[in-house]
Amino acid sequence: MRVVIAEDLALLREGLIKLLQAHDFTVVAAVDNGPDLHKALTHHHPDVAVVDVRLPPTFTDEGLQAAISARAQIPGLPILVLSQHVEQLYARELLSDDTGGVGYLLKDRVFDIGQFIEAVRRVAAGGTAMDPAVISQLLARQDSQGPLGQLTPREREVLSEMAEGRSNSAIAGRLYITEKAVSKHINNIFTKLDLPPSSDDSRRVLAVLAYLNGQ
Amino acid sequence: MATAHHHRAGPLTTLAYLFLLLSQNIAALLLLPLVIASAVLSLIWIGLPFVILTGHLLRTLADSQRRTLTHLDHHRPVHSGYRPIPPTGINRRASVIITDPATWKDLLWLITGTVNILLIALPLTLIGHGTYQTLHALGLTGGPAIYGYTPTDTTERLLFLIPATLLIALGTTLATPALRLYTAFNRLLLQPSEKARLTARVAHLATSRANTIDTQAAEIRRIERDLHDGAQARLVALGMNLGMAEQIVEHDPATARAMLAEARETTRTALIELRDLVRGIHPPVLVERGLHGAVHALALTHHLPITVTVTLPGRPADPVESAAYFAIAELLTNTAKHADATHAWVHINHGDDRLVITVTDNGHGGADAAPGSGLAGIRRRIDAFDGTMNITSPTGGPTIVTLEIPCALSSPKTSPSSEKD
Repeated sequence: MRVVIAEDLALLREGLIKLLQAHDFTVVAAVDNGPDLHKALTHHHPDVAVVDVRLPPTFTDEGLQAAISARAQIPGLPILVLSQHVEQLYARELLSDDTGGVGYLLKDRVFDIGQFIEAVRRVAAGGTAMDPAVISQLLARQDSQGPLGQLTPREREVLSEMAEGRSNSAIAGRLYITEKAVSKHINNIFTKLDLPPSSDDSRRVLAVLAYLNGQ
Repeated sequence: MATAHHHRAGPLTTLAYLFLLLSQNIAALLLLPLVIASAVLSLIWIGLPFVILTGHLLRTLADSQRRTLTHLDHHRPVHSGYRPIPPTGINRRASVIITDPATWKDLLWLITGTVNILLIALPLTLIGHGTYQTLHALGLTGGPAIYGYTPTDTTERLLFLIPATLLIALGTTLATPALRLYTAFNRLLLQPSEKARLTARVAHLATSRANTIDTQAAEIRRIERDLHDGAQARLVALGMNLGMAEQIVEHDPATARAMLAEARETTRTALIELRDLVRGIHPPVLVERGLHGAVHALALTHHLPITVTVTLPGRPADPVESAAYFAIAELLTNTAKHADATHAWVHINHGDDRLVITVTDNGHGGADAAPGSGLAGIRRRIDAFDGTMNITSPTGGPTIVTLEIPCALSSPKTSPSSEKD
């Protein structure tokens, strides 16, 4: 799988390259600033990009902006954003084109290499990978008026797992329920959030987006 | 600009103001004997409490006159420039009052009260007399005859109306210039001198600087302690764990593996602590998105629905931006904790070289910036930037807190996604 890496700290960049190469990824470009990232993304069309939010030259959210504008040019271009901190605002912006294939994780998630590689593969396959910190921040907001308020606690749990990007079987495993029960819950969630049947994958993204918007 | 917006009052408003000013001046005349009495009494020690009493009364009265003058022209407010009276000590309080130049200017104003009254009384008397004549001529009121003659038929009554009308017209015409003359004259007397204003300003700056230094020192101590007890200690533990794992990896790989896992967990905890610390010093989202994005991000994680409207053509200086952000965060925390509100609104805009922030909630009100409270803390921090905080929070709500911080904005920074919400 072909991957583009954007990280301005050389130590971390080299580490990511080694880590991904060891798991059969081909690093086609490793850049350290926003403009180069945009060029690399539009030129290489990688299977997935691993991008730091804060990059030179502005040291603000250059990486995030480059990723979002590249996705505007190449719809569905899979991007996994890594950051020292997570903000719901950024999670919403990443998901706002409803096409999936995005992830937003804290940098320290690379400590658990197995899970990190799995998240990269999931994003490359068009799924989502949201950091549990984003999800737990949402759970801390107790007032969920609107459609989210109608969900049962179990359905909320399933949605929260879905938001982190887990598959039905993974959710079943984590919540100790059958896969059939998981898909039943998911269908209930789609109904309550008023998401009519279409291709199931993008409905998952829309459901997660509704969840992130918190209303 | 000040002249363009100069107060244009209608005749009725002008008259109302004249009556208000008249009553204040009559009060001043009544105060005059008390002032003289306390001055005489203070020659013997027993008069000092009277000096304090009359000093307070004088300040209250002069301040109410200043407020009226400010009402008359919002663009040129009349401030008071008194030295603060110490809370205790008869001698100290009396000596502050007596030695304050502002007291002497007030006394001058008190003595000129007669001139003031004449100035105001002129148009009022003309109007009053005209009104009386009119009423009398129309036979609507009894009382002594006008100039010893009571009109008998309609023609005479109408003839008497002519001078009456002229008197009222003259009085009304004179009212506005009289008020203007009065305002100019009293403004001169009651406005603190430039020296007094500067002295007060220096005193304020010294206090706010001392507060700023204290706050910063406390903040640095907190950061040092957090690093010392947190991340630093964890990194030591991490090194120890790794060292032990290295020693036993050959003959006890299972334990070594457990130690490595523990080391990884310690690293994660240290990172979380550092992340929280960084967020407390300067939130990354503020660096990346400015006040606009940071307040939106704040609203997203708040458990009340919050409406945020930001109209900023550029970014304020970093320290101002940071102070504003933390003030808003603290105000929203207060709202969540104490107000029992269901919605809050944050408005941020910039005008007249000031950053203006309003935080409103629909809670039960009663917010108070008592010393030691969070609100007092915000006021102190805003004070460091020469900013002001105004709280309107009647019992029953709503609570409206307005922050104003003087600052210029830098040129706008283009950030495509910060445009959308």
